[in-house]
Amino acid sequence: MNKTHLNTMNKIILIIKREYLTRVKKKSFLVMSIVGPVLMAALMIVPTWLSKMDSDKTYSIAVVDQTKRFSDTIPNTGYLTNIRLTKQKPDKNKMFIRRLPDSKNYKFTFVDTLYKTKYINNFDSLAYDVLLFIPKNILASEAIEMYSNKEIPLSTKLYVTKKIEKELEKQKLRAYGIEKPIRVDIHVLSNIIGEDGELNESSSEITMVLSILSGVLIYFFIFMYGAQVMRGVIEEKTNRIIEVIISSVKPFQLMMGKIVGIAMVGLTQFLLWIILTFGIVTIVQSVMMPSNSEIIAQQMQVKNIMDDNENTDNNITLSQAQENNMNENISDAFKIVSNINWGLMLGAFFFYFIAGYLLYASLFAAVGAAVDSEADTQQFMMPITIPLILGMVMLQSIVQNPDGNLAFWFSIIPFTSPIIMMARLPFSVPEWQVFLSMAILILTFLLTTKFAAKIYRVGILMYGKKVNYKELWKWLKY
Amino acid sequence: MYILEAENIVKKYANHLALDGVNIQVKEGSVYGLLGPNGAGKTSLIRIINQITAPDSGSVKFNGETLNQKHIYNIGYLPEERGLYKKMKVGEQAVYLAQLKGLSKSDATKKLKEWFEKFDILAWWDKKVEELSKGMQQKIQFIVTILHEPKLLIFDEPFSGFDPINANLLKTEILSLKEKGATIIFSTHNMESVEELCDDITLINQSKNVLSGKLSEIKTQFRTNIFDIQFTGNVNLINISQHHQFKIIENTKIDNKTNISINLLDGNVTTNQLINTLLPSGNIISFNERIPTMNDIFIKIVDKTDVE
Repeated sequence: MNKTHLNTMNKIILIIKREYLTRVKKKSFLVMSIVGPVLMAALMIVPTWLSKMDSDKTYSIAVVDQTKRFSDTIPNTGYLTNIRLTKQKPDKNKMFIRRLPDSKNYKFTFVDTLYKTKYINNFDSLAYDVLLFIPKNILASEAIEMYSNKEIPLSTKLYVTKKIEKELEKQKLRAYGIEKPIRVDIHVLSNIIGEDGELNESSSEITMVLSILSGVLIYFFIFMYGAQVMRGVIEEKTNRIIEVIISSVKPFQLMMGKIVGIAMVGLTQFLLWIILTFGIVTIVQSVMMPSNSEIIAQQMQVKNIMDDNENTDNNITLSQAQENNMNENISDAFKIVSNINWGLMLGAFFFYFIAGYLLYASLFAAVGAAVDSEADTQQFMMPITIPLILGMVMLQSIVQNPDGNLAFWFSIIPFTSPIIMMARLPFSVPEWQVFLSMAILILTFLLTTKFAAKIYRVGILMYGKKVNYKELWKWLKY
Repeated sequence: MYILEAENIVKKYANHLALDGVNIQVKEGSVYGLLGPNGAGKTSLIRIINQITAPDSGSVKFNGETLNQKHIYNIGYLPEERGLYKKMKVGEQAVYLAQLKGLSKSDATKKLKEWFEKFDILAWWDKKVEELSKGMQQKIQFIVTILHEPKLLIFDEPFSGFDPINANLLKTEILSLKEKGATIIFSTHNMESVEELCDDITLINQSKNVLSGKLSEIKTQFRTNIFDIQFTGNVNLINISQHHQFKIIENTKIDNKTNISINLLDGNVTTNQLINTLLPSGNIISFNERIPTMNDIFIKIVDKTDVE
C-alpha cells in the first residue's frame, strides 16, 4: 500500500465519520431512536397491559339463584342442599363446591333467594358490584337478570353468561348420561420437511408476519436512508461547499463516503431500535407482568385443582381451560419461532439491507447531483421509486404464494429482490435462488454505482441548468 | 523556476470548447493574475489545476513533476462559488476541511485557533455556520484555504463578498503569504487589485490566451504615448515645425491655465525632447504620461479578439 492509497482510505474514513456523526448527533436521530422503540414496545405491551388493567378489578357479584343449580349451600347457614344432578357423593372437604366458582376477577356470593327485591332496593348500601338473578325457569326463558348501579361491563356479562351456559349444558348432558365433554378442539400443526428429512413445525401466520415485516423494514430503510443520501448531495451542491471538498478528494470518494456513512447511520438506528425495544419490553414486563416463576406457580395451582377434582372435572373453569390453551399456544409459537433459521434471516437481512441500499443510494446520489434543489427531483425520482413501491405492493401476494413464478422473478430482479427475497426467506427458499439473487444484486450494484458516479461527477459542478434524461445520457459519455 | 506549467491545455465539453491550447507559466513566489471575461475558461483551467477535472490533452507540471494526487496537499483553493455546511459548527467544520487537506486533527485545531484569534472570530468556534454573517463565513473559508500552508494558492474572485475593510485585510494577508514564499494564482475581474497585487498575468478570452507576460511589460507594451500637460501660456506658440512628431489631440483653457493632451507619433522622440519643445511656449505646471489601466487593456484586448 503506497502513501497515496493510504491517504485515500483515510479521507474516505474522514468523510464517513463526518456523514455519520453529523447525522447521529442530530436531534431528529435521537427522537427517532427513542420514539421508534417506544412505539414498537407500546404495540407489544399495551394490549397485554390493558387486559391486565381490566383484570385487576375484582367484581363482587351477589347471586340470587332460584334454580339451586349453581349453589351447593344456602348462604349464611352453611346448610348443604344437595340438588346437584351428579351421582357423586359430597366429600367433606368439598362441601362448598359451587357451580360458579370465584376467579381472580369475579367473586360470587350466594344470597338468600327470598331477598331479591330487598337487595335491589338497598343495592347502594351493599358492597356488591352486581346482583345476578337466576330465575327458576331459566331453561325455558333462557334469560338471567343482572342489576347494578353502574353500567355492567361487557366482559362481565360475557363471563357470567358463558359460565352459566356451560354449567347448564353440562348438567343437561349429565341428565342424558353423558359424562365426558364431547366438544373437540382441533388445531393444525403444520410441518416442513427439511432437506435432511427432519421435520420442522411451522405456522404460516407467524411466518407471514415475519415475512411482511422483513419486507417492509427493508423497504423503509432503503427509502429513508437513500433519500438522505440524495438530500446530502443536494445540500453540498446548493451550499457550494462541493468545490472546496472535491479539490481535496475525488468525487467518487465523496459519494462513497457519504453513502457508507449514511448506511452506518441506518444500521445504528436499526440496532438501537432492536436493543431499545427489547429493553423496554423486558423492563416493562418485569415491572408490570408476573414473572415466569409466578406463571409457573399459577400453572401448578391450576394443575393441583385439576388433580383435586380428578373425578369431578366439572370444576375446571373456562378461564383455566383458556389459560391452559393459551400456554400451549405460546409454547407452540416458541417452537415455531425457534425453528426459523434466525442466523440466515439476520444475515440475509443485513445483506439485503446493505446491498439494496447501496444499489439505490448511488442512484439517489446521482439524482441529487443532477438537480439544483429538492423540488426538481420529481422526474428522476419516479423510475427509482416505482420498483421499490412495486415491491411493497407485491408483498401481500408474494406472501400468499411464496414459491410462485411472480415471487421467483421479483426476488431475482435486483431492483425488487431486497424486499421480495427477504419476504420469501421465512418460507424456506432454495439456496441456489438466494445465491443467484445475491449475485445479481451485487453485479447490478457495481454497475449502477459506476453510472451513478459519472452522473454525480458532472452534476455536482453543474448549476442553473435544467437537466433532462438526454442531458444525463450525455454526462454518462463524458 | 516555475512552480506551475500548463502546456497546451484542451478541454472540451459536450458542445463547446472550454480551453483551446491554453498555456500558463507561474513563477515560484509570484502573484499570477488569471484574467478574462465570464465564460472565458478561467474556472475550467483552475479546476484542471486542482485535479477536479482532467484535461482532454495537454500537460500540467507542478514543481517540474507531472501533476498527481499528492500535489493536492500543496495547493490551496478558494473557489468563486464557495460555501460551508450550514448546520455544522464552525470549528468542527474547519478542522474537517483541514483534515481533508492532510493535517492531523490536533495540528489543524492548534493552527485554526491561532488564525481565528488573528481574525478575531475565536468566539464563533462553537457556533453553527448559519448563524454567521457572509463576511465571517468568507473569513473562515480563507483560513481553511491557507491553513495547510500550501506552496500554491489559487484564489478565484477572493474579494467578492468582502466589505472594503475586510477586503483590505485580505489583501494584506495575501501579500504577506507571498512574502513567506507562497505562489498565488489570482483570478478576478477586479483590475484594480490586479495592478496592486500581480507580477505576471495572462488574459484568456474565448478559450485561448490572448495576452501573457509581466504586468509592467504589458503596461509598457500598451503605452498610449499620450501626455497630459498643464501650462500657462499660448498653445499657438508651440513650435509647429515639429508637428510631424506629435499631435495635439485635446486643448482646453480654464482661467489662464491651458490643458492639452499630446499624442506622440514618433516613438524615437523622448519625453525630454517633448518638454524642450513645449518650454518656450509657457510655464509648465504638470506633465503626465497617460498610462493605460489594466481595465483599459482588458477591454481593448477582449473587444479586439471578440471582433476577430
